[in-house]
Amino acid sequence: MTATRTATPWVLSAPAVALFVCLLLVPLGLTAILSFNAFDHATGVKNEFTLAHYAAVLSDEYYYGIFWRTFWIAGLTTLICLAIGAPEAYVLSRMGNPWRSVFLLVVLAPLLVSVVVRAFGWSMLLGPQGVVNDILRGVGLEPMRILYTETAVVIALVHVMLPFMVIPVWTSLQKLDAGVENAALSLNASQFTALRRIVLPQVLPGVLSGSLIVFGLSASAFAIPGLLGGRRLKMVATVVYDEYLHELNWPLGATIALLLLLANLAVMLSYNRVVEGRYKKSLG
Amino acid sequence: MSFLKLNNVSKFYGSTCVVANMSLAVEKGEFVSLLGPSGCGKTTTLQMIAGFTDVSSGQILLDGRDITHTKPNSRGLGIVFQSYALFPHMTVFDNVSFGLEMRRMPRREREQRVKAALVLVHLEQLAGRYPRELSGGQRQRVALGRALVIEPPVLLLDEPLSNLDAKLREEMQFELREIQRKVGTTTIMVTHDQTEAMSISDRVVVMEAGRVTQVDTPYQLYEQPRSRFISTFVGKANLLTGRVSATGVGAQVDLGHMTLDVDVQGLPLGADVALSLRPEKIRFVPAGQGQVDGVVTARFFLGSQWLYHLGTPAGELVVACQNGDTQPLQVDGHTGLAWAPGSLRVLAGLDAANPIGAAA
Repeated sequence: MTATRTATPWVLSAPAVALFVCLLLVPLGLTAILSFNAFDHATGVKNEFTLAHYAAVLSDEYYYGIFWRTFWIAGLTTLICLAIGAPEAYVLSRMGNPWRSVFLLVVLAPLLVSVVVRAFGWSMLLGPQGVVNDILRGVGLEPMRILYTETAVVIALVHVMLPFMVIPVWTSLQKLDAGVENAALSLNASQFTALRRIVLPQVLPGVLSGSLIVFGLSASAFAIPGLLGGRRLKMVATVVYDEYLHELNWPLGATIALLLLLANLAVMLSYNRVVEGRYKKSLG
Repeated sequence: MSFLKLNNVSKFYGSTCVVANMSLAVEKGEFVSLLGPSGCGKTTTLQMIAGFTDVSSGQILLDGRDITHTKPNSRGLGIVFQSYALFPHMTVFDNVSFGLEMRRMPRREREQRVKAALVLVHLEQLAGRYPRELSGGQRQRVALGRALVIEPPVLLLDEPLSNLDAKLREEMQFELREIQRKVGTTTIMVTHDQTEAMSISDRVVVMEAGRVTQVDTPYQLYEQPRSRFISTFVGKANLLTGRVSATGVGAQVDLGHMTLDVDVQGLPLGADVALSLRPEKIRFVPAGQGQVDGVVTARFFLGSQWLYHLGTPAGELVVACQNGDTQPLQVDGHTGLAWAPGSLRVLAGLDAANPIGAAA
């Protein structure tokens, strides 16, 4: 009896655990093993243990530059998503039907289009002969080089990531007691003060999870930097791709991929720790 | 000059009228309840006074100043919300202090005022707690303290006790009144609970389908209900309908199987009227000695009271009597029923189609 009772949770979660193990842990483990294998350009991957790839990445300025670029682009994308997405979620939560449904669909629409199609769309808009430069020329300004720069990558990433910020913030706004804002107003708070002192602190968990999702996805984004950053503007994910498919140096690619994972984890965990620690007491 | 005055205030949502030509004058220091079933417009009225809902037509005056279209954050009224609407991320102290902070009061003075408010609502020990760590009654007190600390000219209470359990609600009723007496703030409370309205208000405003149907002191309201609706909504009542068959010093009303004497003058002969008789106004007397005889069909023991249902020629009557020293009547027992002639009230018309005296 007790045996079956203790087994029940395991049996019930078995399908999910199997999926998780097969599709995440096993490939991750294999990648980790691969990253410790030696590599020779003539013979390929050798079954020998080495730390040479880690040493190569960690001692090379070139990789530091790429990691740094990846993280500031992800950070900037998160900030812009926050600045646009949080107010957007608030406005959405204040709309009545049917406008709310319509605009929610508009917010979610980018997710319904393939990332490759979207990236090509942006490259048509931002290219040297694209709409943006046509307009600049039209009003008599110098055309700008946008495509294949960090700017293009950030613009496209913000576009893709916005729903991942809007939805968590919107969800926590839904949980908000509609009365608290009125209560703040009745106590002579201005609309802005009510938002800043009363609404914002309560949706902070949503803002936090939204920024974590956006940062994590942006830092490991591949298609957008690949298509809008061009060949020379590399981010970590595109370097991994190059190592695997162009250099055929799988162990080095695996090493960079794992380092990206670790760096990403470190950034997200410390961010979570800092923000949550600060508001833990008041948010329960 | 009344302190808070509503002049013909109406609220329309599209073509639906939620509040119709509401007029009300509240004196300084008065405790007034808006009482009515859900959907009668009482909460909308409160929201209009608070400024959260636009007024479609009419005027709201506070101390002679027109506040009809003033923003809620410059009216300075104290409001206790039904859900309490406490700030969950702030301590009790910070919740209460918020309104004073918004008024840019210096820290020293603010702390004193908050402490005084917390003492008033008996929360001085819990100043450092968060709302989620408090019981329902304590949250209620925080909400009250937060609304009172700003020393508002008018305190608005939106169903303040509806989220509390029965026993706590009774305690809070008296405490609420106690606090209101102490600080003397003019108070308007919205409630659907007639006992709550009667036990703590100076005056009760009964609302029905967006209209005011009676404004009176609780005692007057109970003793002299103006309509059939009020007589049944406020307390229990036996309703008898009949036709005026004779007039003179008093009047006689033919109920079909019998006639009753009514102590009211000026009733038109042949008019259909409704009579209201409170269950506790009926006394048991030996059979044949009262106005009517009856047979007990059911009885309910309520502790301090017995509630009897009796079949009589006048129809079924409900009688309430104290659980005193006499033996209670048994089911199927015969008895006479007597009441003072003045206890039999004639209600104006058969329904509330003609609202009476909206303005006080």
